[in-house]
Amino acid sequence: MPKLIKDGDITEDNWLPADTDAEAPPAGHLPSLAQWQALPDKSGSALQLEPGDDVSNVLPSLDQLVLVAVHFPVFTDGRGFSYGRELRERGYRGELRALGYFLPDQIHYLQRCGFDAFQFSDEARLEEGLRQANLSAEHYQAAIDEPLPLFRRRV
Amino acid sequence: MYLYDQYDQRIVDERVNQFRQQTTRYLEGELSDAEFLPLRLQNGLYVQRLAPMLRIAVPYGMLNSAQLRKLAHITRHYDKGYAHVSTRQNIQLNWPQLEEVPDILEELASVQMHAIQTSGNCIRNTTTDQFAGVAADEREDPRPWCELIRQWSTFHPEFAFLPRKFKIAVCASEEDRAAIHAHDIGVELLANAAGEYGFRVLAGGGLGRTPVIGAVVCDWLEKKHLLTYLEAILRVYNQHGRRDNKYKARIKILVKAMGVDAFREAVEREWEILRDGPSTLTEEAIARSKSFFTAPAYATLDGEASAQSLQARCAAEPIFGNWVLRNTKAHRVPGYRAVTISLKATGFAPGDVTDQQLELLADMADGFSFGELRTTHQQNMVLADVEESALYTLWQQLQAAGLATANIGYLTDIICCPGGDYCSLANAKSLPVAEAIQVRFEDFDYLYDLGPLELNISGCMNACGHHHIGHIGILGVDKKGAEFYQISLGGSQSKDAAIGKILGPSFSQEDVPEIVEKILATYVALREEEETFLQTYNRVGIAPFKEQVYAKTH
Repeated sequence: MPKLIKDGDITEDNWLPADTDAEAPPAGHLPSLAQWQALPDKSGSALQLEPGDDVSNVLPSLDQLVLVAVHFPVFTDGRGFSYGRELRERGYRGELRALGYFLPDQIHYLQRCGFDAFQFSDEARLEEGLRQANLSAEHYQAAIDEPLPLFRRRV
Repeated sequence: MYLYDQYDQRIVDERVNQFRQQTTRYLEGELSDAEFLPLRLQNGLYVQRLAPMLRIAVPYGMLNSAQLRKLAHITRHYDKGYAHVSTRQNIQLNWPQLEEVPDILEELASVQMHAIQTSGNCIRNTTTDQFAGVAADEREDPRPWCELIRQWSTFHPEFAFLPRKFKIAVCASEEDRAAIHAHDIGVELLANAAGEYGFRVLAGGGLGRTPVIGAVVCDWLEKKHLLTYLEAILRVYNQHGRRDNKYKARIKILVKAMGVDAFREAVEREWEILRDGPSTLTEEAIARSKSFFTAPAYATLDGEASAQSLQARCAAEPIFGNWVLRNTKAHRVPGYRAVTISLKATGFAPGDVTDQQLELLADMADGFSFGELRTTHQQNMVLADVEESALYTLWQQLQAAGLATANIGYLTDIICCPGGDYCSLANAKSLPVAEAIQVRFEDFDYLYDLGPLELNISGCMNACGHHHIGHIGILGVDKKGAEFYQISLGGSQSKDAAIGKILGPSFSQEDVPEIVEKILATYVALREEEETFLQTYNRVGIAPFKEQVYAKTH
């Protein structure tokens, strides 16, 4: 079972990454955006977003989703950071998972953008990822984890 | 200038620790070269041709004397005893050791400095007018707004992995001394019809391989919306900017591809969500930022008497008088002038400054200018608040230190990137070209006769030397492994911003000074009355220059 970081610990679950070539999601795999859009019933559904997917397709169904995984094929592609923030700002409350090739050093920014689960394609990253997931830090900007910018909090 | 409180200090200190750990993990093999790359870049560390290069942030060009002394110490202890002022008003070190960079960052943090986001695909140092706060044509001090942008953009979690680097500049005066049309975002403070100050926002300007003048995205924005509006622009860019080709990844390509109207609509859609949210600036936040940029304790001086005695001094000693004329600028407070210190002496790389000069400049800042000094994007330095009665003493000290070259705004005040001597991106060397031109035009009378002239040199298409917006621009190109130089004319970085036109086939390095001489001779022959080079060029076009330069010699 794939291991991931969630709720401040290393845990596992059953979801496998999306198979984007298949017409329907194979059993146990996350649906891609196109596969998810074809689902007749979206209540309690999960979804994997790729860089370049149009997030606006998902916005009307945010209440029905329980898991959105954002795929990072390469850690330098920062589109997923905006996707996370957009989903949260528009009211998504389910699990928001970063999936794929990203760095432990990006977990903090991902958390700030609303991500709460982290699944590395390289599980050797988990321990360093967990360490970095539990760091606290001061920030200037408003973000999902701290809705007030520092200029509204300075004492 | 801005002073850190416990929050700012904590943010910078945390970063030093983080980078120390990242460096250790890299050296131990836990992070690959490719993975360490963006992490070190976002801390200002490049790997160069000969050694790493560390770029230290100088937010909108402001430095105090304690920081100057620390920089002198760092260049002496960790480097080879000199630093380089970049065209983003930052300071570059060319010879640090990778293993020592965390220590350098810790030293910087002790004087409220850092190297955060000075490179990499993130929001870079915000730049502005080097005469902010003292210029006579200023509408409002731009620095409080730069500081608010600095804080907003520092470690912005959403925009640390953009398609490409992102540069913002702010102008708040009649004359544009911040080149806002050549930036990813240009912000101009101006009044609306009702006389209320707000911001005009430009996007999609930039130099590099495809030079573009920025387009107006918002005609007038209420001040409190500045950060949410910037955030909306960045969000559109982060999601839709091209990532398949790094030469097409800047926001200018996106704005062109979408068209400015569609781009504006996309920004407005994102802005709807952010507008009036928590990042909307409060009166208190604006007032706090402004409180750091109040006027220093100027003496009450008799402006007329001061000007008269300065004039007498200038007449008595013409070399001094010439320096005052060329390198100092009117100040809004009677009895004061702003002094530009030229880092463009022939024989030294443009923008280079030694450890000893840095210490001397620190003393001068303390003695003559309320302890502060500014860097300029033309790679010089400014003492902004000098009493006219102190100019003579200051000049004598500058002369003794080789810092009194009276060429500000003239041909030999060349903007120049480090080029192929240092930079691994460069196609060609730029420093020897700058020097050869400076040597060729050593006659100051001829220089002054040529009038205001901006000559900018870049060693490659990345255009760090801003060649596109030089009145004369020189670009190093690689032709089958040999270094050649392409020359363009008619660029401008001011409000009438323009991209220079390429003159024609490129030249070898030895030929460049002679070609520049031919271009200038053509100007001198064609100019009418008081016309500047740029005015003559705009009147006659490129053809006469082309003819003279490429004419067959008989």
